[in-house]
Parts: sequence; structure tokens; C-alpha cells
Amino acid sequence: MNLRRRYLRDRVMVALVYLGTLLVLLPLGFILLHVFTQGIGALDWAFFTQPPAPPGERGGGMLPAIVGTFIIDLMALAMGGLLGLGGGVLMAEYPDHPLNRPLRLVANVLGGVPAILMGLFAFVLVVEPMGGFSAFSGAVALAVLMIPIIMRATEEVLRILPWELREAGLALGLPRWRVTLSLILPAAKGGIVTGLLLALARAAGEAAPLLFTAFGNPFLSFDPLGPMDSLPLKIYVYAISPYEDWIRQAWGAALLLALLLMVTNYLARRAMRRS
Amino acid sequence: MRSRWYGKLGDRAFTALLVGLGLAVMLVAVLLAWELAAGGAEAFRTFGFWGFAAGRAWNAVAGQFGAWPFLLGTVITSAAALTLAFLPALAAAIAVAEYAPRWLAEVVAYLIDLLAALPSVVYGLWGIFVLVPLVRDHVEQPLFLWSAEHAPALMGVLGPPTGIGMLSAVLVLALMIVPYASSLARDAIRLVPRDQREAMYALGATRWEVVRRVVLPYARGGIFAGVVLALARAIGETMAVTMLIGNSGQLPYSVFGPAATMASLIANEFAEAEGGLQLASLLAVGFLLLLLSLVVNLVADFILRRMSVGEGRK
Repeated sequence: MNLRRRYLRDRVMVALVYLGTLLVLLPLGFILLHVFTQGIGALDWAFFTQPPAPPGERGGGMLPAIVGTFIIDLMALAMGGLLGLGGGVLMAEYPDHPLNRPLRLVANVLGGVPAILMGLFAFVLVVEPMGGFSAFSGAVALAVLMIPIIMRATEEVLRILPWELREAGLALGLPRWRVTLSLILPAAKGGIVTGLLLALARAAGEAAPLLFTAFGNPFLSFDPLGPMDSLPLKIYVYAISPYEDWIRQAWGAALLLALLLMVTNYLARRAMRRS
Repeated sequence: MRSRWYGKLGDRAFTALLVGLGLAVMLVAVLLAWELAAGGAEAFRTFGFWGFAAGRAWNAVAGQFGAWPFLLGTVITSAAALTLAFLPALAAAIAVAEYAPRWLAEVVAYLIDLLAALPSVVYGLWGIFVLVPLVRDHVEQPLFLWSAEHAPALMGVLGPPTGIGMLSAVLVLALMIVPYASSLARDAIRLVPRDQREAMYALGATRWEVVRRVVLPYARGGIFAGVVLALARAIGETMAVTMLIGNSGQLPYSVFGPAATMASLIANEFAEAEGGLQLASLLAVGFLLLLLSLVVNLVADFILRRMSVGEGRK
């Protein structure tokens, strides 16, 4: 091959690579554009302050879904955070504990399980024995989704900390639990918060695990043992409904959800940079 | 003695707490698999494992349940989506990691991460109201009319051009897995050591030759693992597919016509299941979905371990 042809091929490939990138980014631009332009009109006062109108009627809002999203996700974060942090700390701080190998395997496996199966799991484990759909069962499903993400993030962050930090604490006569709680966890705070927030952002967008656990509820509810609404669920239900006004509000909810997730992701990045 | 309580017992209690939490995590995973298997046992007993997995009928009224159409739907849609997504995803990864100046690379990487963070239902919503009309009016109907005039034999393969169906679901699925595959490929490419590239440049190679002969071979383990993980993601993807695929397990499938996947079947029917054999069959489908995604994830793990160059160098 002569030099000219090699240069030509180089140029062509650069063009193809950028073309492929454009092919990826163009639809994204369209999606963001549509969500913004269609959604912004729906975000009025009623959207944030009123329960949904009866089917087919105009007006109403998303208040129960907005409140429910926060309640369900925070419950899930509490449960998933506890288990995920525990597992992550165990794997990082007790590297030769016999539980670690199976635990790491389980974390990997759990991370690959489709979200809808978490919903089935929570249905059989919580909904059936308790006799009804509940926000709590939805939170259980989302917590299972969060566990492997939090575990992996926690382990990675703790591993980065120099071993000398622990040795310094031990040399001062601190027991291991004090070293972990007072030296290691504060030093890794930023990274751990990042892991928690990323897990939250990932779970908060999921509708599939909530379909037959939290189920949805058109009335404002604070009862964790009763059915509750959430933004992703509402988007799904409204998007496949035949009512024009519901579809309009689905776009509004999509915009709101996308904004909430962007803020969460931004905070996650910021927490990482601070540490 | 304060130090004994503080030291030894404190350590023991703390370790016990951590081990307890770790065991709880493992219990969750085991319970998840066990419950799906136990819940679906009735279906497996009635039809036999292979009879259920290969059964073609899904009819709640007749009490006849088989997972084959949904298994097939899952495999076809995710494989097709991956085929569509692979080259653009790789191109975007190469652009970010190799070609683009830093500011552009950061912008593109940020946008791709954004694409990955958008929820499935939002893709579904966009699919229903933007993509479906577009695909129906500008792709499916012209093709269908053309085939009606020139190649009537094709019409059965193409299927009804309503927009809701396999094609739209595959397109959205491809969009959804692109950022995933791309960011994994990007990470793999970034791990290629600088001196590898510089050695090649020193020999007078062009940029593309460096990418083609050094970067891609070196990063191939990570890239392929990323591809397989993206496939796993496509297999389990539920909401957007449920909203776009038409949810019909009627075989044979056609390119434009409605279809169903295992995940879309569960999402669609589970809340209304009458209990008994139908519920058991849906849980059994869930178990099959779990098995499929486990296998795919293990394959990704295996590839990552076997195909990585420079393993052990960390």
C-alpha cells in the first residue's frame, strides 16, 4: 500500500468514526428536545399540587406520584444502603474473610438480574404474604436493585484508601471497628455518597419493579403498607392511555423525572470530586 | 476493664454485624432464584421443563402455557438491537478515547452518560409518540406498498405496517444499549498503555493504523465483554419494549408486526393474572429469563478474564 492510500484510508476512517458518533448523539438530541418541548407546557401549578383528574377529564396533577416517588425511593435507599454498605465494607476491610468470595459472586450475579425480576421477587416475598400491593414491597424491589451497585462502589472506594491509614489507627491502639468507623468511612465519605446517589438515580427511573408491587394509586397516600404511585409508573400508565390530557401530563412527568435524575447524577459527581 | 469491652468485644460485634449484612445480601440472591423456581414449579410440573420452554401456545382460557414465543422474541429483539448498536457504539467510543480533542470528548462522553441515565419509560414514551409515527409513515408503509406491487412474497415477512411492533421495539432497544456498550468500550480503550500507541507511531503508522492494529486488539476483551453486557441489558429491558412491541405471542413473527418478549409478557400480564397455573407460568417465564441473563453475564465474565491482554498488570 502506498502512502497516499494509507492517508486516504486514515481520513475516511476518521470521517466514519465521527459519523457513527453523530448517529449515536442525534437520536439523543431528539429525545431530549422532545421531552423538553412537550413536557415544559405540562409543568404548571396544578401538576405539582393536585391529584389526578378522573379518566378522560382535563386537569389534575401528579402530586401523589411525586410524593410517592420520594417515599418509595427513600425507603429503598435505607434498606439497600444498609445491606450494600455492610457487604461493601466487609469485602474491603476484611479481605480474607471466607464469606467474601461467594459475596462477590452474588454481587456480580445480582447486578445482572433484570429489574422486572426484582418486582416478581418482591411480589412473592412481600405482596402475597401481606395480602396486597404496598409501597413497602416496591421499596424492597428497588432495594434489591440498589444493593449490588452500592456494594461495588463502597468496596472500590475503600480499596483506594492506603493501607497505612488503617495501620496508623491500629498503631494508636484503636480496635478495628473504631478504625473502620472513625478513620476509613469518614475518609471515603465522598465516594460512598456517590455510590448511594448513583444507585438511587438508577432505581428511581425504574417502573418495571413497581408494576405489581407499589402498583399505583390515584390518591395521595403516605401509608407504606398501601399501594402508592410513582412517577415512572404514572408515565407508563398515562403513555398507553387514550386520553390526550393524560398523554400531555406523561410528557411533563418524563421531563420532571429526567430533571430529578440529572440533578441526582450531578450531585453524585460533585460528591466524588469533593472527597 | 474498659479496653476489653471496647476492643475485643467491640470488634466481634462489628464483624458479626458485617457478616450478618453480607449473609442477608446472599440470602436475597438465593431467595430470588428460589422463589421464581418454586413459584414456577407448577408450570414446569404440568408441561415439563422442556415442554414449557419449547411450548408454542400461551392461552389463559385454555390453560395452555408455553414460553417459546417469548423466548424467541427476547432473543430476536436483543440480538437485532445489538447488531444495530455495535458499530455506532464502537465509533463513539473510539471518537471519545482516541480522536476527539479533549473538550469535545468530554461533551460527547457526558451526553452518552446522560443517554444511559434516562429511564426506560421515557424512551418508551418517546417511542410511542415520535418514533412509531415516523417509522410507520416513512419506513414501513412505503416498504409495504412497494412489496405489494413488486414482491408479494415479502408481504408476509414484513407484516402489518402499523408502527407498533418488532421494528420499533428493536430501534428503541438499540438506542438504549448504545450508551452502555459505548462507555464500556471507552473504558477498555482508555486502558491501552500509551507506549503501545507511541511505538506504532514511531514506526510511521497513521492514526487509523494505530487504532486498527494496536488499540482494538489490545482492548478487544473489554470491548467484547461490554458487548455481551449490553446484550444482557437488552434481554432484561422491560418498559420501553412493552410499550412498543405490541405484546402478541402469536407465531410466526414478522419484521413490522407485533411480538412479545419474556419481560414484556410479565410486565403485561402479571398484574392481571388470575392466579393458579397462569401465575405459576409467569413466574416460570421469570425463572427462564433469570437463567438466560445469568448465562449471558457469565459469558461476559469469562470473556473479560480470558481475552484481556496484560492481565495481572493491573
